[in-house]
Amino acid sequence: MFSDRRTPSPNPSPLGRGAGRRALMPSEPPFLEIEALTKRHGARAALDNLSLSVLAGRFVALVGPSGSGKTTLLKSINRLVEPDEGTIRIDGRDVREVPAPELRHGIGYVIQSIGLFPHMNIAENIDIVPRLTGSRESRAAELLELVALPAEMAGRYPRELSGGQQQRVGVARALAARPRLMLMDEPFGALDPVTRDTLGRAYRDLHERLGLTTLMVTHDVAEALLLADRIVVLIDGRIRADGAPAEIVADDDPEVRAMIDVPRRQAERLAAL
Amino acid sequence: MSPAFSEALADLPELARAHLLVSGAAVLIGVALGLPLAILSARHRLVRTPVLGLAGLIQTVPALALLALFYPALLILGSATGLAIPALGFLPALVALSLYALLPIVRNGVAALQGVDPAVLEAADGIGMTAGQRLLLVELPLGAPVILAGVRTAAVWTIGAATLATTVGQPSLGNLIFSGLQTENWVRVLVGCAAAAALALIVDGLLALVESGLKRRQRWRIVAGLGALAAALALAFAPMPGAAAGGETVVIGAKNFSEQYILASAIEHRLQAAGYRTERRDNLGSTVAYQALAAGDIDVYVDYGGTLWANILQRTDNPPPEAMRAELTRQLRARDHVLVLGALGFENAYALAMRRDRAEALGVRTLDDLTRTAPRLQFGADLEFLSRPEWRSVQSAYRLNFAGQRSYSPTFLYRAVTDGSADLITAFSSDGRIAALDLVTLADPRRALPSYDALLLVSPRRAGDARFTGALRPLVGAIPVERMRQANLMVDRDADKRTPEEAARWLDPDGR
Repeated sequence: MFSDRRTPSPNPSPLGRGAGRRALMPSEPPFLEIEALTKRHGARAALDNLSLSVLAGRFVALVGPSGSGKTTLLKSINRLVEPDEGTIRIDGRDVREVPAPELRHGIGYVIQSIGLFPHMNIAENIDIVPRLTGSRESRAAELLELVALPAEMAGRYPRELSGGQQQRVGVARALAARPRLMLMDEPFGALDPVTRDTLGRAYRDLHERLGLTTLMVTHDVAEALLLADRIVVLIDGRIRADGAPAEIVADDDPEVRAMIDVPRRQAERLAAL
Repeated sequence: MSPAFSEALADLPELARAHLLVSGAAVLIGVALGLPLAILSARHRLVRTPVLGLAGLIQTVPALALLALFYPALLILGSATGLAIPALGFLPALVALSLYALLPIVRNGVAALQGVDPAVLEAADGIGMTAGQRLLLVELPLGAPVILAGVRTAAVWTIGAATLATTVGQPSLGNLIFSGLQTENWVRVLVGCAAAAALALIVDGLLALVESGLKRRQRWRIVAGLGALAAALALAFAPMPGAAAGGETVVIGAKNFSEQYILASAIEHRLQAAGYRTERRDNLGSTVAYQALAAGDIDVYVDYGGTLWANILQRTDNPPPEAMRAELTRQLRARDHVLVLGALGFENAYALAMRRDRAEALGVRTLDDLTRTAPRLQFGADLEFLSRPEWRSVQSAYRLNFAGQRSYSPTFLYRAVTDGSADLITAFSSDGRIAALDLVTLADPRRALPSYDALLLVSPRRAGDARFTGALRPLVGAIPVERMRQANLMVDRDADKRTPEEAARWLDPDGR
């Protein structure tokens, strides 16, 4: 099943349709367009002339070893990092055209360390987002329901919640401004495997229901293969492989293969028990 | 209740009010200045290093010296800008104490802001907070307990240091401590210390209440703590009832020893009898007092011929008393428009004194005799003598090389000579303790020590005020040295102590 790449996959995943390398349909302009992005840290390039386009509604996983530029790429999109060269357009508009805070209001951002505000209760943590734009709207109840947390959580403080519950709130907060684009940096990386799996699938479901476009950084290849429509492998700031999960598992690049081999061997050993 | 205690208690409310006012205002300025500095410092290393360094440097300057430095600094600033900047009293005390409050506020502020979890800051940026929103909604609320701990430290330090504001003419609880120390009125010292400590503890307790409210997110604690502090400050800012009544206000200065307090009280009585309202600026340093008079910060005080001769006119010669007085009158008027109204009638000259038994045993009667015995003697000097020109003059005239020399505050100087820690001390010829402790003063055959006529000095502003000078003229020539000694002894002795106020009434019964 994890065989030679030259054998074309007879039945590519329907989720991966159109998400493959240079497989854009001319009729549909990309939602997110990254062109010739370069970011240098001293002499080393964290991103090296990288280009990437993502269609609306897709779930893209960015995988790669530590220091491959995944997080830098993600943070360039909401301008937490300012690249040295290149442009990023969301829905045709250059991200540099709007002030960074305003840009970020339209982009959900979820990080591994979650970063809930410890001095605010759960409802306040969620409603802070509409408050920033001057709205008095409270979406806490609705969003808690969306991330499958009981309504009575609203009055609790972050420290009273488990890690998994906290990250559900993190997702709810990211969704509070009704974003179309979600950026997630190792969102479930600090959780135990069971919670991680549950949350991953729950989020994938939200992604479908809300029609989101999601970019998720992870170094868990299995998670990427199971959740995403399309996988982009970054090594040394460049795209080494890009395709639907089935195409990635068939890639013959030795470094990509080495990454993919880990979950495959684990799966084989588990099966042999 | 002892009269000393009731008198100290009577002075307490006004002094506590002034103390709270100057220290409260200083802490508020410290916060208003320190918090923005802390925010800038937390953001920019280029700001942080010099700001923390400078604030730390200020803290290493003893509070007393910091306060004293602002007097000449503000004088220079005033004359450089041509503005009427008061160099004595509230302003220098406020500036110095504000600077003193700065360090704990800035240091804790920086620590508070740098201590916020980076994940929380990334999330704040990620959801699109502007820098200002992040500061107000996240960084300050999360840093508040640490910031407030800095404010508490600053408040306690400032309330403690404000007792020293007395030395630059700002009334504070230090008035009780300093005057009590000089007159050995320990009840007064204790009342002053206890009041300052109580004030510090109460303020610290209220701030602790606010801090715990911030930590536990209990609004009532914050409101109660801040409310009580605001009420106390409002009370301190409100003018005292009856303060507006009466005529023109004149300010009487006094240096930091009993005789000065007594004479200032005598002057005060005379001026009040003439219909003036009076204020006191006690415990002024020697040169501060004259400069304050010349600048019009005080209107009248008593200084001594030799002191003015050496310190103000920078003269090293030693003319006879009448010639010195005439020259001083002429020069101070020409130089600073200061009026030398006249001599009170006694001298308070520097003299070197020994216990009679010790002097007889060593066979010492004059400073000349001292030249050969000095290497076996311990010399105790008051705090300023060793840096004064008189000391250089005595040394060059008599070549004195003591086995050791130490400085004492005037009160402890007499203790030192009676208990033998010092063989020889500086003393003042009008001091009642010379006779009371059976000390002898050594003759000065080479006339190295100048004359120290007690002179009544009047500020340029009051020099032409005939009612003012008329009220004080009866004091000229009216106080012989025996009476001054007796009045000084009434205040300085251990048994049957009198307050300077009482001694002044005894000294000048016609005052009122």
